[in-house]
Amino acid sequence: MELIETLLAGKEQGCTNYAAVIEQIPYARQLGVEMHEENGELLFVLPFKEANVGNPILPALHGGVIGGFLENSALLHLMWARESLEVPKTIDFSIDYLRSGKAQTLYAQCEITKQGKRVANVMMTAWQDDKAKPIAVARAHFLLTQDNA
Amino acid sequence: MANLPLPVVNQELFDSVAKWFCEIPHSSSIGLRYVSGERGLATMMLDYKPELIGNPKTGVVHGGVITSLIDTTSGLSVFSWLESPEAIATLDLRIDYLRSATPGLPIYCRAECYRFGRQIAFTRATAYQDDGKDPIAYSVGTFMRDSSKATIK
Repeated sequence: MELIETLLAGKEQGCTNYAAVIEQIPYARQLGVEMHEENGELLFVLPFKEANVGNPILPALHGGVIGGFLENSALLHLMWARESLEVPKTIDFSIDYLRSGKAQTLYAQCEITKQGKRVANVMMTAWQDDKAKPIAVARAHFLLTQDNA
Repeated sequence: MANLPLPVVNQELFDSVAKWFCEIPHSSSIGLRYVSGERGLATMMLDYKPELIGNPKTGVVHGGVITSLIDTTSGLSVFSWLESPEAIATLDLRIDYLRSATPGLPIYCRAECYRFGRQIAFTRATAYQDDGKDPIAYSVGTFMRDSSKATIK
């Protein structure tokens, strides 16, 4: 089964852990991303691992890891919410780094701010200890139809 | 006459930071490599690797990989202005994806620190493959200077 079909079949069956979806995205697998669904909400989890460190002195997570994790979360969130077989394409991605990412688990949730016919806007929040103290927020636009890219 | 090159401000510092940037765990896990540097400019690259794929159907590299490449190269372009070691932190980064990266080809990033302020450095970067005229992504970023006591090298 292809990625998006695995994802939608999982949703249909009331899946709580989408490991089979992550398994199909090599880069998400390398980062160690987890995707969970609880009470109709998605939660993305990135357990700490050494390979994701960007500053070994502090130590801190790599900014690119935080960005990649969030972009991946937004894409999966959008596919999960839309229930369409089309894979959205990132148009732009903008991230604000608010605190340094500590050597511990990183969490993320996404919100679709607006979904149009052709473009969706998604907001992402990443936190560690306290959701009220995000370490990064991001927003992105995704192209939903592949015809006129 | 634009773009007449000058050497980086502190070559020894820049070289050690460039090396360090490639050795940090996440950089080595994606295979980041240093290409070149001059005052205000830095270039880095990534070889195509199956582990970096974001879309299994097309084999296109994940956007997050491009984010890492652009973030690191932009940070390095800030170091091309530095006289002495200091830590910097990315404040924000915006990336426009102009087209999908062609699978199988290396990805380069050229970043420019076009304004090096006392507290904030401003960067822009282009990610491209074999043809620099048809970039895959364009980015702007800001960096906080002297962001931590833990200086690099």
